[in-house]
Amino acid sequence: MSKLNCTDFYDISALLTEEEIMIQQAARDFVDNEVLPIINEHHRNATFPKQLVPKMAGLGFLGANFPAEYGGAGLNNVAYGLLTQELERGDSGIRSFCSVTGALVMYPIWRYGSEEQKKYWLPKLAKGEKIGCFGLTEPDFGSNPGGMITRAKKKGDKWVLNGAKMWITNGTMADVAVVWAKDESGKVRGFLVEKGTKGFAAPEMKNKFSLRASVTSELTFNDCEIPAANQLPGADGLKAPLSCLTQARYGIAWGALGCAMACYEAAVAYAKERVQFDRPIGGFQLIQEKLTWMLTEITKGQLLALQLGRMKDKGTYTHTHVSMGKMNNVKVARECSHMAREILGANGITDEYPVIRHMMNIESVYTYEGTHQMHQLIIGEHITGIQAYR
Amino acid sequence: MKIGVLLKQVPDTETRIKLKVDKSGLEEGDIKWVINPFDEFAVEEALRFKEKAGGEVVIVTLGPPRAVDSMRQALAMGADKGIRIDNVGAHLDLFMTAKVLAKVVEEEKFDIVFGGKQAVDDDCAAVIQYVSEFANIPHVSPIETFECSSDLKKATVQRPVAGGLKEIVEIELPCVLGCEKGLNNPRYASLPGIMKAKTKPIAEKKSADLIASGELKVQTAGWALPPERAAGKKVEGEPEIVVDQLVKYLKEEAKVI
Ligand SMILES: Cc1cc2nc3c(=O)[nH]c(=O)nc-3n(C[C@H](O)[C@H](O)[C@H](O)COP(=O)(O)OP(=O)(O)OC[C@H]3O[C@@H](n4cnc5c(N)ncnc54)[C@H](O)[C@@H]3O)c2cc1C
Repeated sequence: MSKLNCTDFYDISALLTEEEIMIQQAARDFVDNEVLPIINEHHRNATFPKQLVPKMAGLGFLGANFPAEYGGAGLNNVAYGLLTQELERGDSGIRSFCSVTGALVMYPIWRYGSEEQKKYWLPKLAKGEKIGCFGLTEPDFGSNPGGMITRAKKKGDKWVLNGAKMWITNGTMADVAVVWAKDESGKVRGFLVEKGTKGFAAPEMKNKFSLRASVTSELTFNDCEIPAANQLPGADGLKAPLSCLTQARYGIAWGALGCAMACYEAAVAYAKERVQFDRPIGGFQLIQEKLTWMLTEITKGQLLALQLGRMKDKGTYTHTHVSMGKMNNVKVARECSHMAREILGANGITDEYPVIRHMMNIESVYTYEGTHQMHQLIIGEHITGIQAYR
Repeated sequence: MKIGVLLKQVPDTETRIKLKVDKSGLEEGDIKWVINPFDEFAVEEALRFKEKAGGEVVIVTLGPPRAVDSMRQALAMGADKGIRIDNVGAHLDLFMTAKVLAKVVEEEKFDIVFGGKQAVDDDCAAVIQYVSEFANIPHVSPIETFECSSDLKKATVQRPVAGGLKEIVEIELPCVLGCEKGLNNPRYASLPGIMKAKTKPIAEKKSADLIASGELKVQTAGWALPPERAAGKKVEGEPEIVVDQLVKYLKEEAKVI
């Protein structure tokens, strides 16, 4: 029986099927050969490696857990999680692209879209022929999306959108934006807005120090008219966009482990090689304590993600379980990146090593898809029955 | 077209090889097993040929149960089915291995067989030639290009020869071809490919059912690891002196100039 070729201290491999392991290995191979050699250049120049899109699409990475009839690879959720783990070991920006495509664009169309919308968009998105984005956050409404200002007004057989979205991954390069806006009754509804629609613009937000190899944009709507057929008929209220976030957060719970593993593996290699006071720094207790912490937390995170995935496959998970996965594993990754950076000393601040890039990236991941604190409060509400965030 | 691929599972070249305590063989515990890299070119060429000429690609592997992982890898890349000849408990040298494989090649009536030019574990580079001899079909190895005539009766292949020259060979099908690096760029297994691989059949055979046991022509007398590398020499000082020293070392000790 083959084994995962990533950090696997507790023999997680033994809990996986042959295909799940093969998928992890295939994704890791891809990242080693196609992502790692080019990622620094894109990170330095703050550009998204768009040339990877057809390659990833060709291998089935986009919408990988969707059924084949809509262009997906039909993966179960554990295999899909291992894929996001490996992609994020490459770069959080690459994983973000795949998360947005599958969980935030394909998912709402698949779950809330009309048959025509599904038939038209899903295969194109899975093949990478079209790129999508998901616009929920606004300048004044982040953790509290229910307060959104963006409005949609019905006018004959059109909807007219007004408002602005911010921090939208893929925005500028997207062919279609899934936009969430309130109708006249104040109900949140979903709309598909195509690139080039009059009154719609998606300028890129520059000067990010995190997720530099990912495009982040504003979306603006000024009397932007879209056909009534572009509304997602099944999306009825805030729970629709939140259900998409649950999908994306699930992938992040695994993805964060990839970031943590990249940092841990870099730290171990460095600690064994770097000699100070005539011995490898890995021989000092203070370094060993950090490495031990990292491996222990990564291992716990793997078990958490795996059980979460099995529950998702069985349909026995709730969004609260996903909150714990996202909250814990991103926190672990964030701590690992800091510890690894410390262990690398001055080398920890150069991009000759992947650590500082991961450390900067994980700050976005810590904040998006529900900030760390929001997930604490969601779980707190589950425990006590008392909502603390309002 | 029925296209055969001879595929061997070998230790990853980055694996640090350890010997068993009694030195009777390799300690397999920590070994990461992979498809012999040259065989990946064979799989890829077979798949490309199938895409042009139609038919099926059959992976033939002589090896223990763990070799199935590598066969599945090839099935995930797009091959159609596999035949594994179990060698657990069988004592086979190169000659016998090739006899077994040749028997399968004959039984399956392959129109063409691709294999790696050599396996990177023992580097013997002999199986292709033996198989062709025993199956009584021609071979060329190593090949850097492959092109089949439109009537699918013969192939034109290019073979590197000494001095950077290229030999262009026309060969009749059926034949055996040993694949060299540069022949192609092996594809990644796609996720749908991996999902499909588990449903593709791998038939199992025993080597004893294919050939009568015979006396081994080659016996492994023992195993030894390469000697530990001695520490290097460092020369320091003014360039004029250092250069003299270096030349002396290269001449007298390394004996390379
Ligand atoms: C790189 C990047 C990409 C993104 N991509 C997308 C995208 O594709 N689509 C999209 O819609 N959005 C996207 N976002 C936006 C992201 O989801 C929001 O930034 C996030 O929801 C937090 O909102 P905010 O930044 O407005 O912070 P705020 O909500 O203003 O929060 C600020 C701080 O206050 C804390 N806080 C807020 N409320 C409470 C409370 N009740 N109790 C305790 N603490 C509280 C938060 O935890 C945080 O620490 C992206 C963000 C980034 C950085």
